[in-house]
Amino acid sequence: MGNNNPPRLELRHASKSFGRVRALGDGSLALWPGEVHALLGENGAGKSTLVKLLAGVYQPDAGELLVDGQARTFANPAEARDAGLAVIYQEPTLFADLSIAENIYMGRQPRDRIGRIRYDEMNREVDALLQSLGVNLRAERLVRGLSIADQQVVEIAKALSLNANVLIMDEPTAALSLTEVERLFSIVRALRERDAAILFITHRLDEVFALTQRLTIMRDGLKVFDAMTADMTIDSIVSKMVGRDLDTFYPKADVAPGEVRLSVRNLTRDGVFKNVSFEVRAGEIVALAGLVGAGRSEVARAIFGIDHVDAGEVHIAGKPLQLGRPQAAVRAGLALVPEDRRAQGLALELSIARNASLTVLGRLVKHGLISSRSENTLAADWGKRLRLKASDLDAPVGTLSGGNQQKVVLGKWLATGPKVLIIDEPTRGIDVGAKAEVYRTLAELVREGMAVLMISSELPEVLGMADRILVMHEGRISADIARADANEERVMSAALGASPSLLGKAA
Amino acid sequence: MTRHSPAMPAVHAPKPKRRNLLADLVRSREATLFVVLIALVAATAAVKPEFLNLQNLRDVLLNVSIIGLLTAGMTVVMLMRHIDLSVASVVGVSAYSVGSLFVMFPHMPIAVAMLAGITIGLAIGAVNGTLITFGRVPSLVATLSTLYIVRGADYAWVHGGQINATSLPDAFSRIATGSLLGLPNLVLIAVVVLFAMGVYLKQYRGGREHYAIGSNPEAARLAGIRVERRVMIGFLLSGAIAGLAGVLWLARFGTVEASTAKGIELQVVAAAVVGSVAITGGVGTILGATLGALVLGVINIALVVLRVSPFWQQAIQGALIVAAITLDTLLARSVARRMMRKRDHG
Repeated sequence: MGNNNPPRLELRHASKSFGRVRALGDGSLALWPGEVHALLGENGAGKSTLVKLLAGVYQPDAGELLVDGQARTFANPAEARDAGLAVIYQEPTLFADLSIAENIYMGRQPRDRIGRIRYDEMNREVDALLQSLGVNLRAERLVRGLSIADQQVVEIAKALSLNANVLIMDEPTAALSLTEVERLFSIVRALRERDAAILFITHRLDEVFALTQRLTIMRDGLKVFDAMTADMTIDSIVSKMVGRDLDTFYPKADVAPGEVRLSVRNLTRDGVFKNVSFEVRAGEIVALAGLVGAGRSEVARAIFGIDHVDAGEVHIAGKPLQLGRPQAAVRAGLALVPEDRRAQGLALELSIARNASLTVLGRLVKHGLISSRSENTLAADWGKRLRLKASDLDAPVGTLSGGNQQKVVLGKWLATGPKVLIIDEPTRGIDVGAKAEVYRTLAELVREGMAVLMISSELPEVLGMADRILVMHEGRISADIARADANEERVMSAALGASPSLLGKAA
Repeated sequence: MTRHSPAMPAVHAPKPKRRNLLADLVRSREATLFVVLIALVAATAAVKPEFLNLQNLRDVLLNVSIIGLLTAGMTVVMLMRHIDLSVASVVGVSAYSVGSLFVMFPHMPIAVAMLAGITIGLAIGAVNGTLITFGRVPSLVATLSTLYIVRGADYAWVHGGQINATSLPDAFSRIATGSLLGLPNLVLIAVVVLFAMGVYLKQYRGGREHYAIGSNPEAARLAGIRVERRVMIGFLLSGAIAGLAGVLWLARFGTVEASTAKGIELQVVAAAVVGSVAITGGVGTILGATLGALVLGVINIALVVLRVSPFWQQAIQGALIVAAITLDTLLARSVARRMMRKRDHG
């Protein structure tokens, strides 16, 4: 397939680090015209970083980028665009208040002799473009109110009108319905016939086989494999995506599980998750695994009462929990350490002591006023237990490292004396040393009889820390795997929604 | 797992949709405002037939011309999610400065007077724009400070002084008193400027960029729009128009002092909001803003004619603004709901 010619776009041995975090170690990719190329990998494998290098959002620390065989560098997204690259993100970036035609032609509208915009010509061209894509949209329509799928179509039309010959689509199907996916596929196939090169990122393996001719698999920031899609099976893809040594820094405590602390029955939120049932016992860590968007965090938010549910019930230590009210959840003994601690878990400008005491202010009140001495005592106490590295408890939380911020959030919730701890992505964005300390803390808590529900996208963490692994796929629990039976292939297959027969072969 | 059938009809021909005139009329906020305006005039005239005399209509037009100009400048700024509170102070200082120039040079040509007012406005607009684009000061704070700084400097300079109509040349006063084809010259000037602004916002790339910036600043940057430059231009425009409005104010009222035009910035914001210029940016037209100013102007005169106490006049204005914004929000929400339903079923 045109392998004699140079690829339209090629990335060779690119790397990119942010501070000490290495997001991409060795990324390589070759895109030929007239092919749809799948880019696969677990969450955090470096796909997004690679896309941003291609799009000119980031610049690589090392490595080469070639367009039609010529070495190029993109200092900003405009340069990538001018070289014929277009990126379609999962959430399109459009002007909601302007028409489709204006969105496509912003900054380069056709003009008459005295500089006035020629709306008739612009609308005519956009109508023709939309019609060539086979979609029922009109150029004069406002973008506000268009579905995500239609907005993606507008982005594709914009790319075409810019004469882009490389389209990079970052998980375009994640938010689409079945019919919308069908329409997108027919558009992508039509583009392929026009000799465009298309990079298609997805988590759905059935889409890889339905659409792509070639695939590249990444793991831990490295390109590990590429092949023609026709030569692959779901098994072989999954085994290439996972398969690495388990790290050894998980101090998993062996605790005999006690009574049931958290019991969830048929929890359903329409369109988000359905019939989710499970139990967590005292002294047990249950991991909720799955891909981003499978509905894991949403389940946690629903249990805690932040989001409403359409059906189902939750019991804490045998007592029914009134859903929809976070205060009731806290009183019943539930604690939630959220995924995005900067936005949801901390008041960054406030001091460490103030943050740590936010959940228990009622206990610290003397004569109707908050006693800052008891606030500091509380913070110092938890700081010692969690080995918080902070010189001054009055310093703003925003000045701490990611790992120490996580400890403050943890301390804040442990101060409420919870029976069940739900922790969402406990080690996201913190360095290895801090990770080990978070794991140690979790192990200690479990030894003291805490019931922990851990949501995590990092497979080694899930396998290393959990007594049981619940895997979610598109809003349902697709597998319940005991620690002894767990391995990366089984979890990954369940997360990707592969059928059990294939799963048997993979194991 | 056969989610994707290979046989897909690739082309659905777009169905030609017939325009529904009535639906368009209801959807267009300008049309709604126009209906409200006619209803207001008709209702007031029904209660007090003397409302419809020429003098009243002339007064409404003259008052609205100045507020309408300021509202157009405010619209450009509000489209970009900004606000310019300093306009009233600019009107005040421009009116007094041009008046003093006439005292010093009684034979100054009118064109020079207008240029002087516009230059003063441009200068203050440049300060606002610099603070907001380079200083990254929120426009609310930046223009609130210039509002006070300019007004304070004005008081210090004028020191209780006053410019009287007797110091102004007749040719200048004719801007307000003279007329062409029955329309006062001042109104004609305003119409020309408003028309030019409308063409700029609708027909020129630069004008569309104001909308793009307010609609999605991030996408505007990705589309290669020079956001800082465009914001600066917006504040320069707003300042220049306020400077011109100051000159027209002097011509209309003859008597100006340090507190001239004090507090009208809120009337201007109110007119823009009633004229369905979104405070959140990206939505609004000069026609809408002008109709908003007209509606508020007619209500003011109508309340006077109906002998409503001045205190109630303000309360009624406030209620109108709340009503306008509530209606906007409700409409937006119902549109969003309809879209959701369409998605679920289609």
